[in-house]
Amino acid sequence: MRKTVAGLMAGIGFMFACGTPAQSQELTIFWAEWDPANYLQELVNEYEAETGVKVTVETTPWADFQTKAFTEFNAKGSAYDMVVGDSQWIGAASEAGHYVDLTEFFNKHKLTEVMAPATVKYYAEYPANSGKYWSIPAEGDAVGWSYRKDWFEDPKEMEAFKAKYGYDLAPPKDWKQLRDIAEFFHRPDQKRYGIAIYTDNSYDGLVMGVENAIFSFGGELGDYSTYKVDGIINSEKNVKALETYRELYGFTPPGWAKSFFVENNQAITENLAAMSMNYFAFFPALVNEASNPNAKVTGFFANPAGPDGHQYAALGGQGISIVSYSENKEEAMKFLEWFIKDETQKRWAELGGYTASAKVLESEEFQNATPYNKAFYETMFKVKDFWATPEYAELLIQMNQRIYPYVTAGQGTAKEALDALAEDWNATFKKYGRH
Amino acid sequence: MATVVMTSLDSKSRAASRGLSDIKIRNLFIIPTILFLIVFNIFPLIYSLGYSFTDFRASTNAPANFVGLQNYRELLNDPFIWSNFAITAKYVIVSVAGQVVVGFGTAMLLNRDIPFKGLLTTLLLLPMMLSMAVVGLFWKLLYDPSFGIINYALGLGSFEWLANPDMALYAVAITDIWMWSPFVMLLSLAGLSAVPKHLYEAAAIDRAGPLYTFFRITLPLVAPILMIAIIFRTMEAFKTFDLAYILTSQPTTEVISIRLYKMAFQEWQTGRSCALAYIVLIMVLAITNIYVKYLNKVKER
Repeated sequence: MRKTVAGLMAGIGFMFACGTPAQSQELTIFWAEWDPANYLQELVNEYEAETGVKVTVETTPWADFQTKAFTEFNAKGSAYDMVVGDSQWIGAASEAGHYVDLTEFFNKHKLTEVMAPATVKYYAEYPANSGKYWSIPAEGDAVGWSYRKDWFEDPKEMEAFKAKYGYDLAPPKDWKQLRDIAEFFHRPDQKRYGIAIYTDNSYDGLVMGVENAIFSFGGELGDYSTYKVDGIINSEKNVKALETYRELYGFTPPGWAKSFFVENNQAITENLAAMSMNYFAFFPALVNEASNPNAKVTGFFANPAGPDGHQYAALGGQGISIVSYSENKEEAMKFLEWFIKDETQKRWAELGGYTASAKVLESEEFQNATPYNKAFYETMFKVKDFWATPEYAELLIQMNQRIYPYVTAGQGTAKEALDALAEDWNATFKKYGRH
Repeated sequence: MATVVMTSLDSKSRAASRGLSDIKIRNLFIIPTILFLIVFNIFPLIYSLGYSFTDFRASTNAPANFVGLQNYRELLNDPFIWSNFAITAKYVIVSVAGQVVVGFGTAMLLNRDIPFKGLLTTLLLLPMMLSMAVVGLFWKLLYDPSFGIINYALGLGSFEWLANPDMALYAVAITDIWMWSPFVMLLSLAGLSAVPKHLYEAAAIDRAGPLYTFFRITLPLVAPILMIAIIFRTMEAFKTFDLAYILTSQPTTEVISIRLYKMAFQEWQTGRSCALAYIVLIMVLAITNIYVKYLNKVKER
């Protein structure tokens, strides 16, 4: 009997002894539900094969992503060890202490030199120019364009276009050409439309779309270091940019007032539009014949330049951060060390992820890997982003409230919408003591 | 001895016939229910009332600072919030009125001898058995200006229902009417079937016309049950969220619950959103109170 009890106790002791390390060999990364998250899962499976540490990429639909992540942060929950959080979260998450400070890690590995500059600036650093880093650029992304090569290369269309506009029909080099081409292909009687742009005002869809115009027209959202917005967000350049965006909305398919990435890919796959705006991260579906019957005739181009030659694009993408409440911070740090390795970044790009590694982005191999990688590479060096301050969500909602009625229903003027937005933002910044 | 045995048997048989004793019922059902209500309803209600007087933001680790009535004052002076209330009121009126007309009308049609009455009633009840999210996605397709069947059936070409800021709220209300008219119909049918037949026979003998019969007999007798349906539907319509959220993102359809959701879970203005929730609660209570008073008056007649 004594032997049985001793054996039993030894067994229990062994179980506990083995239990603790076994638990620390698991990491959970939280991200939104989309293709790059699947690629990341494939990548981390290789990490498990190498190290024995099991990494799970847990996902949730985009619509719930922010709410679910912040609910977990607010509860100081340890369900996630790392999160691939949106770029504009960085202020809110770092100031509230939800993210681990990665400045030392960043400097040790000289990531400011390793990663593309824009990705460091927008995915990792907060406050702007502070030299404090909270994320490792993970999924680089920006807004680009896809188009129907077969429509553009049809000799009859080319002839008709040249006769009407006086120049050759080709992927647009500037926003004027973008507008002309959208107008040219807008044929409601044939159920063909000119362009598909972002209009969904429930998160950052519409704002990202309008940012593409604003930045390329030489405008800005405000001064990110002084929080000055008056005369910047409602500048003449921004007014013109918003007017152009409103004009483009007139060439979209009917019912296009709540459209984001899903609908904009459908515009190409369903033969609805000649050109479609979307994040590069959604382009793999457009070159896949299983998801796009027009895959062979779909082309891509970077966001065109504005009237003064400025060429920028709205930044998408995310950095990967360690959650402060994780019980496996050291293990997560080891994972990040593996993640930033050149060979890992190269493999990440091969799997379909958008690496932020400057070396990989610049390589011929990467740029020729897909029909859109070259446009992506060009774009990633000229991207700008929305405010990353902790109150970004209020700023986002205010911008949606002001510009949506103008863009989709023509209510008021662009100047009125932006003047009102400047007032809203000023009041918000005043409320949070930013000036 | 015999008496004692008899008494003992009696008490056992009494207990058996009663089943559970009152004390056991209290311990097994009432106390857990009260505890559940306190933990999950009353406590959060009081806790959120406390937060409504603070500047607390759940997304930060900063402590909540007492700001008195500031949140309430700012909300009641915010034109956007009043616009959300106006949209909600318009939606409630259109939606509930539509449901009453369609639901009561259908009940009147079904309250007669028609073939397959049971099957027809069951089929008409199907919409309210579906989930709001499914109904929203389903109607989004129906309203689609390119391939939606509504425009095709009505010959409206590429008329935009959900993208048109003036039409979007009505489109949401139409969907709600489609979904919840059966509920009004069901209650109305119950009321109509309870109207004594002899009243109609007496009216027929007196050669009363159909309108007179409807306004003097049918409507007054069905009114109390119809009022109950209206109370339920008004409360539901007032807190509509899913249908409006799924169908469209027009500012003209941003009912107060959507604004509340954005304030609480997208902007993380926890204290402010608690205050707004209390304003909404007070409004719903006030409206319900008016209805209940009216219902009592109708019952007294």
